[in-house]
Amino acid sequence: MRSVEPWVAAPLETFLAESSARLTLLMTASGQVIAQHGFTRSLDVMTAAALGAGIVASTEALAQMIDAPRFVSLVHQGARQHVFLSGFETPRGRWIGLVVFDGESTTGLVQLFFDRLVQELAAAAPPAAPAPRALPQDFEKDLDQSLRALFGR
Amino acid sequence: MSDPREVLDRLSSVRGLRGSALVSAADGLVVADSLMTGVDGRALAALAASLAIRLRRTVEAAGRRPPAFLQLQAAGGAVLAAPCGPDLVLVAIATTEANVGLARLEMLEAARRLG
Repeated sequence: MRSVEPWVAAPLETFLAESSARLTLLMTASGQVIAQHGFTRSLDVMTAAALGAGIVASTEALAQMIDAPRFVSLVHQGARQHVFLSGFETPRGRWIGLVVFDGESTTGLVQLFFDRLVQELAAAAPPAAPAPRALPQDFEKDLDQSLRALFGR
Repeated sequence: MSDPREVLDRLSSVRGLRGSALVSAADGLVVADSLMTGVDGRALAALAASLAIRLRRTVEAAGRRPPAFLQLQAAGGAVLAAPCGPDLVLVAIATTEANVGLARLEMLEAARRLG
């Protein structure tokens, strides 16, 4: 498990131990990765983050079309592996969790422990520092720093 | 198959039971429940289904037939579970005052009706 934000690590470790998830990705609503578990290649994690954020954005647009509140979560049931995707509020803004699990876990377990993860993240979040201005020239440097934190290289 | 709510209401009326739930074994999700206020049906379903699946795998790995009834005894009571066919698990929460023998009979009858 690797995390850009250190305070995310303990709640995420607990979630991973209890849910038996194979892959987990926490990201901002715009797809910026906060923490990951199980991914071995940076390309995979960036692709999964972009796709996950896109799916959540699509479901939110669908919900607007039918005048429904946001969908809480989405479960894609596969033959052997399943995907759980959920948007949630944190003191640091709206985040998205993407969890891939197999027969070692169940939808119920993942949902149950994901809800606890959301509560623990809310409790663990330190007071927000003023966000530095994002400058286009810093984008590549910021991305490299995040990748080093997430993959240790 | 009988009406699940009717079967669960009857089962939950056994003295000392704090409620019962019919759970999808593969998903760990509640299919129907009859639980007292304060019992988290979602957590019960997820954890009991996981327990039932793992125990079944363990027993099968040991070359034995799948268990017909599970009784997890704790200090303040017990969690009881009975498979209902291949896809469902019937789960009940018993207090220390419950007659577990009677609850077991009622659960096996309920599982037969729901399976």
